[in-house]
Amino acid sequence: MITTLAPARALAWIPRGLALGLLAFVIFGPLTNLGLWAVAEKWYFPHTLPLQYGFSFWERVFAPRSNAMASLATSVTIALLTVAACLAVSVPAGYALARLRLPWRGAILLAFLLPQAFPSVAVYINVARIFYTLGLNGTVAGVVLVHTVHGLVFSVWITAAAFAAVDRSLEEAARDMGAGPLRTFFGITLPLAAPGVMASSIFVFLESLDEFTGTYFVGVPDISTLPLLMFNAGMGGNFQIAAITALILLVPSVGFMLVIERFLKADVLAKVGH
Amino acid sequence: MSAPLPTEANRPAPFLRKGGGRDATALPVTAALPDWVWGVLLVLPALAMVALFFLYPLGLSAVSAFQGRDGGWTLANIAKAFELYSLDMAFTLAIVLLSSALVAVLSVAIGGYLTLGENRLAVTMLRWLYRWPLFIPFIVAAQMMRSFLAKNGLMNNLLIGGGIIEPLQAASLLDWRGVVVTFVWKQTPFVALMVAGAMASLDRSTIEAARDLGAGRLRILAEIVVPQVRPTLVVGLILSFVTMLSVMSVPMMINPNSPTMITVDMAYRINAHGDYGVANALGFVSYAMAGLVGWVYLRHGVRQGGAR
Repeated sequence: MITTLAPARALAWIPRGLALGLLAFVIFGPLTNLGLWAVAEKWYFPHTLPLQYGFSFWERVFAPRSNAMASLATSVTIALLTVAACLAVSVPAGYALARLRLPWRGAILLAFLLPQAFPSVAVYINVARIFYTLGLNGTVAGVVLVHTVHGLVFSVWITAAAFAAVDRSLEEAARDMGAGPLRTFFGITLPLAAPGVMASSIFVFLESLDEFTGTYFVGVPDISTLPLLMFNAGMGGNFQIAAITALILLVPSVGFMLVIERFLKADVLAKVGH
Repeated sequence: MSAPLPTEANRPAPFLRKGGGRDATALPVTAALPDWVWGVLLVLPALAMVALFFLYPLGLSAVSAFQGRDGGWTLANIAKAFELYSLDMAFTLAIVLLSSALVAVLSVAIGGYLTLGENRLAVTMLRWLYRWPLFIPFIVAAQMMRSFLAKNGLMNNLLIGGGIIEPLQAASLLDWRGVVVTFVWKQTPFVALMVAGAMASLDRSTIEAARDLGAGRLRILAEIVVPQVRPTLVVGLILSFVTMLSVMSVPMMINPNSPTMITVDMAYRINAHGDYGVANALGFVSYAMAGLVGWVYLRHGVRQGGAR
């Protein structure tokens, strides 16, 4: 039996290997192309690979007063402020959705999905129009507001799921021992829900860091985030600068992808959107 | 939203509550105000954000689509939008539908193999592989594809180098095909993750039973697994359908020339003409497309709920 099975097993690796290899090519081919552009000094048709490698474009990007460094600082500032704004409104909202009796609870949950459930370009056009009259166009505050609304679905839904996953008997035990509601919340509920809240913040941070369309309409002309810088470099045909900027954007994305499972446990994940 | 909510009302009364005078449904926050008032107060700031910075501009956009420059009601914007961009509307819908169909097939295949695959090494490799595009921003994906799929991009270079095509056959894929490739590349992991999660939480006994009865894996996937995860699959597809309708960077960078997607047209109307009327009319068309999908989903959901 074993002797006849072994070749069959080995043969099964041919389609499997082909499929996995093709998938790997499709996924990593474009990434490799980006990586090559980041270190290419000279590369033109019909050469398969760059003619000359080097880091002179990196020096330009990482020069202390370069546009890229300024855009990176703007991007990170906006993303952190967006996380703060999202947490400020969604920790109370998530707690209420998880623990308190709310009228129209399903509809309230859905309301936070709406900004993601409508095609957003026309909405941003009109946000820009409104912000123009308020003087918020081209300001960090305006962009943060746009990113916050977009990120609320992550922060509210995941925070609510995180609070719902906290064992209620622990809260009750604290209350029975005489802790007040606020003390119970900050001493028991919030620390236990912290990984989920952290996960929601990561999602919000990444959404904000990578956001393009809203910033494109609301941030003009003064706010240049990394995605806008990359867009302008790419459209201007400066593939090296675009590739290096794209790699800078990829680092947090891939890094967070590798750690997100540590924060987002299955018991929380199962409750998202419920 | 279907799961029973652990509200105070349906929770069994705690045994060990001190002060027996307080009734079992006492509030965790305070007794001074009714529970739901606290709930509403806590939710209100977040809801206000959505109302002010999403619902209000959304309403403004819908209203502006039907207003002329003088403020009167008119259908001229819609008429002009159709006159100038009806090809682009069809193009947009076709691209998004085709991409959604491809995403559906690929994500079911990936989820199915992760659930039913018998070779653990291959399953592990697939699990590691498929997620990479998930967290890669659209704009980065667009730039990557712009260089990868170009006439002198790495894909053609490798195909030529491998002797698969002749140099003269090398063609740029930077048109509708590039947009579809980028959308599918970016959205498949998202839907596959949702679908694989739903598949993993299925009751394995029906799968094992079918397997014992000699059903092949494809048949188990099509007849047992997919029907059970269909709600998750549909939600994932609708979310990515709307995402693809909203993403402006991908068509702008990969397919900027006509025919293109209406997101690009909207930006053009604003940037080149300051024409909010037609831009909002195009926006209205994009809402209609998303609304159509939502309507199909709701009908589908109601029918399913009725059958249950």
